[in-house]
Amino acid sequence: MRIPVVRWGKPYESLEIQEVAHFLTGEPIATVDQANGGLVTRDLRKADKARNILREFTCDQLIDFVGRAADLYENETLPMGDGQQSPDDFVKQQSASTGLPEHMCRANMTKNSFVLRNMREILDALTRGLDLEILTRGYGVEQRGVILSYQAQAPVLGAVLPSNSPGVHTLWLPVVPLQMGLVLKPGSQEPWTAYRIAAAFGQAGIPPEVISLYPGGHDVGGSILTSCRRSMIFGSEKTIAQYAGNPRVQVHGPGFSKILLGDDCVDRWPEYIDAMAESVYINGGRSCINASGVWASRHTKEIAAALAERLGPIEVKPPDDPDCGLAAFTVAGVGPAVMNMVEQDLKQDGVTDCTAEYGPRLEEKERCSYLRPMVVHAASPDLDIAKKEFMFPFVSVVECPQEHMIQKIGPTLVGTAITDDDTWIDQLTGATNIDRLNIGNIPTNRLNWLQPHEGNLIDFLFRSRAVQTDRQLAGV
Amino acid sequence: MSTIESNLDPNIQQLADQAKERLDQHTVETVRWHFDEATGCPFWLGKKSELNFDPLTEIKCFDDLKKFPLFEDEWLRGGPVERWRPKAYENEPTYVFETGGTTGIPKSRVVVHDFRIDYEMFSETLPEQYFPKRSNWLMLGPSGPRRLRLAVEHLCQFRGGICFCIDLDPRWVVKLIKKGWMDHLEEYKKHCIDQAITILTAGHDIKCMFATPKLLESLCLGLEDRGTTLKDCGVTGIFSGGTEFTPQWTRYCIEELFEGPPEESGIYMTPTYGNTLMGLACSKPVTAEDKYKISYYAPQPRAVTEVVSFDDHTQPVGYGETGRVKLYTLTKEFFIPGFLERDEGEHEAPFETYPWSGVSGVRPFHELASSTTVGVY
Repeated sequence: MRIPVVRWGKPYESLEIQEVAHFLTGEPIATVDQANGGLVTRDLRKADKARNILREFTCDQLIDFVGRAADLYENETLPMGDGQQSPDDFVKQQSASTGLPEHMCRANMTKNSFVLRNMREILDALTRGLDLEILTRGYGVEQRGVILSYQAQAPVLGAVLPSNSPGVHTLWLPVVPLQMGLVLKPGSQEPWTAYRIAAAFGQAGIPPEVISLYPGGHDVGGSILTSCRRSMIFGSEKTIAQYAGNPRVQVHGPGFSKILLGDDCVDRWPEYIDAMAESVYINGGRSCINASGVWASRHTKEIAAALAERLGPIEVKPPDDPDCGLAAFTVAGVGPAVMNMVEQDLKQDGVTDCTAEYGPRLEEKERCSYLRPMVVHAASPDLDIAKKEFMFPFVSVVECPQEHMIQKIGPTLVGTAITDDDTWIDQLTGATNIDRLNIGNIPTNRLNWLQPHEGNLIDFLFRSRAVQTDRQLAGV
Repeated sequence: MSTIESNLDPNIQQLADQAKERLDQHTVETVRWHFDEATGCPFWLGKKSELNFDPLTEIKCFDDLKKFPLFEDEWLRGGPVERWRPKAYENEPTYVFETGGTTGIPKSRVVVHDFRIDYEMFSETLPEQYFPKRSNWLMLGPSGPRRLRLAVEHLCQFRGGICFCIDLDPRWVVKLIKKGWMDHLEEYKKHCIDQAITILTAGHDIKCMFATPKLLESLCLGLEDRGTTLKDCGVTGIFSGGTEFTPQWTRYCIEELFEGPPEESGIYMTPTYGNTLMGLACSKPVTAEDKYKISYYAPQPRAVTEVVSFDDHTQPVGYGETGRVKLYTLTKEFFIPGFLERDEGEHEAPFETYPWSGVSGVRPFHELASSTTVGVY
């Protein structure tokens, strides 16, 4: 199968191609044409056309198209490069190139189609019930008679997508119904989702010329971020630091998500162990919404031991096994390198590897490696390991007095606070280092799609500003 | 090179044999020059005592250079730079050309006449139709420590023209990338391009230019922003170079930035492969029919490129096979008896114009690629 570059809906065969291979066998799955940065820069000069085309439809029509695309994406055989791809092919190919177990690929597929299918409700929530016509026209009158204006900040959204986390695609799915085009750089090992959704959009009635797909190297990502007025990137802490504070770029990196046990609930910790284990282990521990820390003022050794007993025995299984819960590191040397980083942190006094008794964590295969779940106990929040996150089910159970917790946890994408202490809840609500706040026994991975994730997409793509007119405007 | 079995056309084989004979003779003369107390440089004269053979009597052909240990470019870092100046040239005006410099002390090569000789030879390869004699040039690239400007300016003057120069400091560019100051990088690039456009549109009748691929691309886009093109500005011949010169980039450049091959657009671009150590390798003409394949040929016998096995640098790979680029410099000013470049590529067969080995598909050596910042300007 050969997957071409797509330039505003038109396939383009490059002179450079990259092979996507099966992570276990090395067998080629597809060849993917590689764009070059200049191509992207040049194409983006025509980005306005994408929005103009989409504005010929109402947001409502586009939401209907996207709803139709949900079924196509999830259930139908669709074109993929010069071949065809059934939903089962998609699952198998995505698993084979990323190392994710097949059932997780299927779950991500379900998640994406859920978002597509429920786009109307999601946009209603993200816009706080705004009439989407106001976004189309740029201004309008609310029911209370006030003129509102939301100005589009870009004709397209650019996105530099990751290879190792197919769950992130939900973030860019609402863009087309908002009448903006998409400029995507698929991850080198995961071209599948972006191409399949583009194919589903096309078959559902969305004009293909509003989407570009540019597989390629770093220069392609750089060109997207430089040339798109609004873009998102998924990457490491280093990448995040590079674009931090850049209003044109929304960055998505490690989540450092955590579960915080309040002093009022911590003595009942066994009641919450299921939520803790799920938060750490689900989706192979790969998501930014997986918990990498459980923080409590007491019982931390018992909590760590209980989590280790639950997660420690989990073994590596073939990717097509429905019980397979671990994803492979498909790039040579990454698994051992991650293990080496953990081992460095384990050398500090006050750090205990609670999963040590459940056998070696690193499992190396011929072409890939796995890390089995790890639970460590950190006697102090100041230990290095207390703030670490790794791309496998890994959690530090950190002993920390409640009064210091908010300050010590650092940046936290999802913070689940298990407490009924109103004073602490008030402090947690005001803590700007916590992005998504869950209050109660809610696993960090259970996202409500009607809530914004890492910044409201509407706020990122549109600017609320003033429009005054002496013209008569119809109320909405 | 003698280990490769080939099925070359008999005429090409004859030319290749003649070239090999010239190379053997040139090698012996060059080695004698560098190890003669009256002409050699302090570095090689000092190195002589460390060798387990006598280079004056035991180097009888090019392949004998394999008796030398591999050249280490680290030797070129730091002073005194005079240790590299051949005694024969100690009273001649001498330049220093530097490479790298983004990580610590740069590597230095002393040059007396080589850049002139190299670029005069290169001049012979430029088609008159697109690089007309007496036309003016624009040099858009690094001038500072790399001294590329000196060479390009000489090329222009040698052809009877006057050269305008816009500078770019690659060391600052690498620093900007490492710091993640991408806005500064864009502004710096824009600063260079703005100057270039000012010169190109100032009525100087510039027809030829040197630019690195990235700057050339930015220049074309900058001109497009102003509603004009390279063709409108009168540019017909471009010489460019760098490892980011891939077939895909070349195709993009020719098809989309120039809007067609030379016969349609009127613009001819010749890729080159070069560095401070070797000088300049020319390319076989690049065409769409050949899928924009770029094959470089060193200016033999003054410099030689081999494509050698990743496991054994003394063994060239077969034609069409992949290996690491190994270079030799054999001029009276500089002697490199085998240096493993930071690049890899495919071994290309001799042809009529260049009846010796070439290299295509040049890219960073896969084992070093992740640690190297390439294509920064």
